[in-house]
Amino acid sequence: MSIKYSKDHEWLVIDGNIGTVGISNHAQEELGDIVFVELPQVGDIVGQGDEICVIESVKAASEVLAPCSGRVIEINEVLDSNPQVINQSAEEEGWFYRLEISDFASLSELMDSEAYETFLLAGEE
Amino acid sequence: MKSIAALDCSNEFVSRHIGPSDKDIAYMLETLGFESIDQLMSLTIPDNIRVDNALNFGSMSEAQALCALQKMSAKNISMKSLIGLGYHDTHTPSVILRNLLENPGWYTAYTPYQAEISQGRLEALLNFQQVVMDLTAMPMANASLLDEGTAAAEAMTLMMRVGKSKSKCFFVAVDCLPQTIAVVLTRAEPLGIDVHIGDPLTDLEKLDVFGALLQYPNVDGEIHDYREVAECLHKAGGLLAVAADPMALVLLSPPGEWGADIVVGSTQRFGVPLGFGGPHAAFMACREEYKRQIPGRVIGVSSDKDGKVAFRMALQTREQHIRREKATSNICTAQVLLANVASMYCVYHGPKGLEQIAQRIHLMLKILVSQLREAGVSVRNTSFFDTIVFDTLGAEAVHKRAMDKGYNLRVIGAEAVGLSVNETTTFDDIKELVKVIINRVSREEPLVNCNLSASEGIPHALVRQSAILTHPIFNKYHSETAMMRYMRVLEEKDLALNRAMIPLGSCTMKLNAASEMMPITWAGFSKVHPFAPLNQTEGYQELIADLENKLCQITGFSGISLQPNAGSQGEYAGLLTIRAYHKSRGEDDRDVCLIPSSAHGTNPASAVMSNMKVVIVECDADGDVNLSDLREKVALHKRKLAAIMVTYPSTHGVFEEGIREICQIVHDAGGQVYMDGANLQAMVGICLPGHFGPDVMHLNLHKTFCIPHGGGGPGVGPIAVANHLCPFLPTTPLSLLTSEGMGIGPISSAPWGSASILPISWAYIAMMGGSGLTKATQVSILSANYIAKKLSNHFDILFTGSNGLVAHECIIDTRKIQSKAKITVDDVAKRLMDYGFHSPTMSWPVAQTFMVEPTESEPLEEIDRFCEAMILIAGETEKIASGEWPNNDNPLVNAPHTAEYLMADTWTHPYTRKQAAFPNGEMSVSKYWPTVGRIDNAAGDRSLVCSCPPIESYMVGG
Repeated sequence: MSIKYSKDHEWLVIDGNIGTVGISNHAQEELGDIVFVELPQVGDIVGQGDEICVIESVKAASEVLAPCSGRVIEINEVLDSNPQVINQSAEEEGWFYRLEISDFASLSELMDSEAYETFLLAGEE
Repeated sequence: MKSIAALDCSNEFVSRHIGPSDKDIAYMLETLGFESIDQLMSLTIPDNIRVDNALNFGSMSEAQALCALQKMSAKNISMKSLIGLGYHDTHTPSVILRNLLENPGWYTAYTPYQAEISQGRLEALLNFQQVVMDLTAMPMANASLLDEGTAAAEAMTLMMRVGKSKSKCFFVAVDCLPQTIAVVLTRAEPLGIDVHIGDPLTDLEKLDVFGALLQYPNVDGEIHDYREVAECLHKAGGLLAVAADPMALVLLSPPGEWGADIVVGSTQRFGVPLGFGGPHAAFMACREEYKRQIPGRVIGVSSDKDGKVAFRMALQTREQHIRREKATSNICTAQVLLANVASMYCVYHGPKGLEQIAQRIHLMLKILVSQLREAGVSVRNTSFFDTIVFDTLGAEAVHKRAMDKGYNLRVIGAEAVGLSVNETTTFDDIKELVKVIINRVSREEPLVNCNLSASEGIPHALVRQSAILTHPIFNKYHSETAMMRYMRVLEEKDLALNRAMIPLGSCTMKLNAASEMMPITWAGFSKVHPFAPLNQTEGYQELIADLENKLCQITGFSGISLQPNAGSQGEYAGLLTIRAYHKSRGEDDRDVCLIPSSAHGTNPASAVMSNMKVVIVECDADGDVNLSDLREKVALHKRKLAAIMVTYPSTHGVFEEGIREICQIVHDAGGQVYMDGANLQAMVGICLPGHFGPDVMHLNLHKTFCIPHGGGGPGVGPIAVANHLCPFLPTTPLSLLTSEGMGIGPISSAPWGSASILPISWAYIAMMGGSGLTKATQVSILSANYIAKKLSNHFDILFTGSNGLVAHECIIDTRKIQSKAKITVDDVAKRLMDYGFHSPTMSWPVAQTFMVEPTESEPLEEIDRFCEAMILIAGETEKIASGEWPNNDNPLVNAPHTAEYLMADTWTHPYTRKQAAFPNGEMSVSKYWPTVGRIDNAAGDRSLVCSCPPIESYMVGG
């Protein structure tokens, strides 16, 4: 169960054909205190790169793009009343939704933890 | 003996408007190492755009200007206008007129981004939201929109965004206010929305629409029961917007109780003068689930770090400055000053007072209707609140008789007349109107005994049951003494321009002189209905013509429209004229709008509203447009290129050398150049935008031309255009429906927008004259460079031009000191409050920096005081970096310091109370005290509360 990252700072954890999606710790740091996230609905079909929701902090609003394609099967209802969970635990408790992955080939575009770290460091230059 | 010439005082105002004296100016030049102002200008402004002696008109003294304005206002004929159509005369309570509308403590304030120093007007705006929520019976309202017409258009686009319907058809009731219909049509067309105008009671159910707009009461005064219409619409998947009269809502069943999803309207008749069309505060209220989609500003309740109730602007991330092309709307400046007048009107009258006013209006009309019907006049209405339409064989004759007696009625074709009774209508007026209409003397006695129940105006089923304004704030300030003190307490909480410099970059917070402000509340300018016959408003026509002429001279353009109510609306109008131009040449498919990445957020937001596709042009490291990226993007989109939007000087405050080339590149590809004129401040009198490339620009009269910021509006955002775009300027409302010509439709409800504040800019231009305006520009550039120089030993100054100089504003890079001390730009901004300053613009255009614009009005002493504050703060950050003060307990992180905080029994902080509150060591008697500590923004956005909190949470005594 390894974690993969997109270059738009979303993460994906795969378990069989089910994926869990959230935003990276780096992303939540950049956004600041998160005040609102509107999650997709169960049953939605998402394509890789689609805008699945907008996440709002006090000072910014950012699109969250789907790291892979599939059908949404579960959403993290906790985020509705407690979006700050994303700041506290972006890569665990702050998950957004789970989906049935439909296109495994496209996952090759995602980075593993090490590659993501390198990617972040390169961005800071 | 001196000559007669020595008697000339025609330019005495120049030295009143300009802060630094000639001696100060010489000193500032010396500090910069320049011989003269001309030398500074020649090094700041590129040779290929600088013009000498650009403006050739003279100046006049304050007394002369006031005299000229008196003469013009006297040419506006004073009438009792019963035309209605959304504008109704009202009594502005004198206590509100004197202590708020005419009070610089209220009108010189900026938009309340720095909430800790704005609690006064934030509370007044929260009261406004509460008034709207109560009257409409909706759970959420915003803190004002520009006018009823644009509010209705915003409702349309909101419903399109949030609705589930796939339809692109929008229904507008034919009995809506005609100017609302016109503005909605203008807004709908570029977005491809198919507007269907019809009878809501019969036509709507047959259509598949995403939304509908109804008017309640309708334009002719009828009050329909739309309950079933609403149900039917919802079943079919559409949403409902209702434009409602707030005074009628005092007595009528509110739209929130019978199915409205959105309610819009204008609060003009709550004490705000007619003003020949504006400015007035419009409102929007909506259902809970749309709260993140509502356009404009929303005031929310949060708390400060000590748990005290504190107000702030909530959910700002939906707005244009953050979301840009994905914003809910392009609206930026709204109508705060007028919203506060309206909310105070409700505080002062309270629910019972409002009810009395509404009942009196309604009773007056009931008496009139009963008299008319008894005399055999056919009054069409089966229901009414304040408006009726009656049949007559000679509408013009009735109208003329009415005018001879001093009344304006509404002529509808040859055989019908409408009239609307208002708060100022008296019983004598009713008696006179009866005589005028039936054209014979009426008998007095029946008026006393007339059978009023026979002409019941309000349908029984629609009589309001729910209470309004139950919050204690609307029930305690009913004596004038109490009201005066309430407004004073709120005023005292706010740091406005009448107390200290507000050096906000690109906001141009300059003097709003008393002589400029006084005329706007004269009856000759304020008691004029926007749809009064033109021969009654010759004073306004003269003023408007002269102002347009002067603005054309100042900008170098050929035509002007004063209709847009804000810079954002000007941008939108400008882009629509460009679109209309391309269409007229058979090039409708041009829809690409190039926008530099450094542009203000309203630019892409306005482009999207005009149905243009936003393509970002890169800016280079200097913040200038990257010419090679521009060439590439132009080549890529050549055939589809509609326009480029440039800001000049740039949003970074630099006179880009390549501006002529940028314009040429775009013109060669067939595109038009739109110039954002927010920085016109740096160009008046020394260059002419109409001559160096742009085809259209907008102006902000509430920046460059002295209309005060009002705490977040009013604004006026005219557009100036080159000859070839003149035919496409916005038409005026009421002429659209019978229009020929190529002009784009109206973009504001009133023909000349917020006409009653145009005298402010007229007076400024008249009193300064060409050379005074030029000197103002020069001194504003000098002051900005002086600040840059004084602070350059402590901070980097970003984005200087080729000679190391800035334009009228400078960007101070505080990132180094912030990162060494591990603090943020917010901490510095809040600490500046302890020094008695409103922070400069934060984090725009560059994150974690400040953009400073002093303007020409600031005295040298105040400029030096600001520089001293920034330098002392830099010193304070050194103490944090060195460890003398801990990172989590120091004057910056704990700022702002309230009096209450300082008076705690125990003080354990590593700095003294004196250092906290009097950081430059001087116990100043004019110390400004922030009234709340650092506000918790996240909590305020997570749980949004937009209504008045329980009265216990207000401080005793305010």
